[in-house]
Amino acid sequence: MSTRSIVPFGPQHPVLPEPIHLDLVLEDERVVEAIPSIGFIHRGLEKLVEKKDFVEFVYVAERICGICSFMHGMGYCEAVEHTMGIEVPERAKYLRTIWSEMSRIHSHMLWLGLLADAFGFESLFMESWRMREKILDMFEYSTGGRVIFSVNKIGGQRKDMPDEMIADFVRILDGMEKELKSLANTFLNDYAVKSRLEGVGFLTKEQARDLGAVGPFMRASGIALDTRKTGYAAYSHLDFEPITSTVGDSYARTDIRIREIFQSIDLIRQAAAKIPSGDVAVPFKGNPTGEYLMRVEQPRGEAIYYVKANGTKNLDRMRVRTPTFANIPGLVETLKGCQLADVPILVLTIDPCISCTER
Amino acid sequence: MSVINFSKTILHNLFSKPATRMYPQIPREYPERTRGQIGITIEDCIFCGICQKKCPTGAIEVVRETKNWSINRFGCIQCGECVGVCPKKCLTMLQTYAEPNALKTRENFAQILKSAPGEPPRPIVPETQIAPPAANPIKE
Repeated sequence: MSTRSIVPFGPQHPVLPEPIHLDLVLEDERVVEAIPSIGFIHRGLEKLVEKKDFVEFVYVAERICGICSFMHGMGYCEAVEHTMGIEVPERAKYLRTIWSEMSRIHSHMLWLGLLADAFGFESLFMESWRMREKILDMFEYSTGGRVIFSVNKIGGQRKDMPDEMIADFVRILDGMEKELKSLANTFLNDYAVKSRLEGVGFLTKEQARDLGAVGPFMRASGIALDTRKTGYAAYSHLDFEPITSTVGDSYARTDIRIREIFQSIDLIRQAAAKIPSGDVAVPFKGNPTGEYLMRVEQPRGEAIYYVKANGTKNLDRMRVRTPTFANIPGLVETLKGCQLADVPILVLTIDPCISCTER
Repeated sequence: MSVINFSKTILHNLFSKPATRMYPQIPREYPERTRGQIGITIEDCIFCGICQKKCPTGAIEVVRETKNWSINRFGCIQCGECVGVCPKKCLTMLQTYAEPNALKTRENFAQILKSAPGEPPRPIVPETQIAPPAANPIKE
């Protein structure tokens, strides 16, 4: 039997996009066990809810993450709206859907770029990020910000998108879809890419269920669950099915995310065709009371917002459980038995966002 | 045939304009909705203080007595809340971003008060430095 050694991996490491720390127990080059530890960038955002009133807290909620910032703001708003019994106008719901799906496209494009970078395919990385830039520009045109959008508020949206703007966006996305097809071809059929992704980091359906995995990481293992199916925002009016694969390796996760980009483009097209005219926000009075648990499907998976209000302007408790937190047990399982050289790619395939996780 | 597929991209990139811009030489054109920084037409301001109350970060300070409106550019998150609530519409969202600075300063805007005859004209302080928190003062 070979000797065991422990290699500390992260939180700062050239190949890691996010500060997660793993203690890798190695037998020669093979990983036997991985012990994760997080907590390097804890910011105490949840505690801030006691200082900021519930309307101002939308801006704090948005800053939980830089990629899913829109969805964090939306999830928090929807949770508070449920405790107050506010019915959001239909147009605002559709706007939320469009912006959410744009976030999903831009998050998945970012991830594809990072993946290409992780296995050393620099030109593919540049191509992915060049395309992502278009989505960021679309965000700037519609909301005024590229990362932090500040368009969510309790009771609706702060900004409307004119119909011409939505039509423009659909046109840009149509053009992007074509470019994306050739990019997807390289990601899915290239020999060099396949050799790094195929057959690496298996997670079976049972493991995914038992370890509570979420998002594309779970769907790649064959569980057809998508929180969008619960019908928040305008998803109940749109026609889509969760994208799944039965293989459960790194290649399947890449495949799922690429197909989800196409699905998102399709959802934006559907929403643009169905969006009604009208107000984008309703006024409200008073303070929230009661509690609510809101589930939102983010690019990385299901996020949970728990809000407990006491009738004053400050909430009692606001709790966020982000998708990466739920995916870490699954990640530890996939790392068992892999080669040391595959660790960076496996960490990446759960699309880690440690800043979200530690809030 | 991914080799041929990518060579098409290479050829396209060879003969097309770069996706990036030579930034300082070619300035960026901002879309209409860009949230750069807050601008104020101080002559129209009535110093009601609603912007100060609504600011989620407490970056705005309004002093009615001295007719002074000031903003901490580094505390402002450009949410646009103050622009929306301003009753005189004298606050605007500018497309240009705030300039970087080595010191944290507060930008002051003051309406020129008519001084009594014989009194020297009141000075306007363009910028004041924000005092660091007492617990951790800057070490020289």
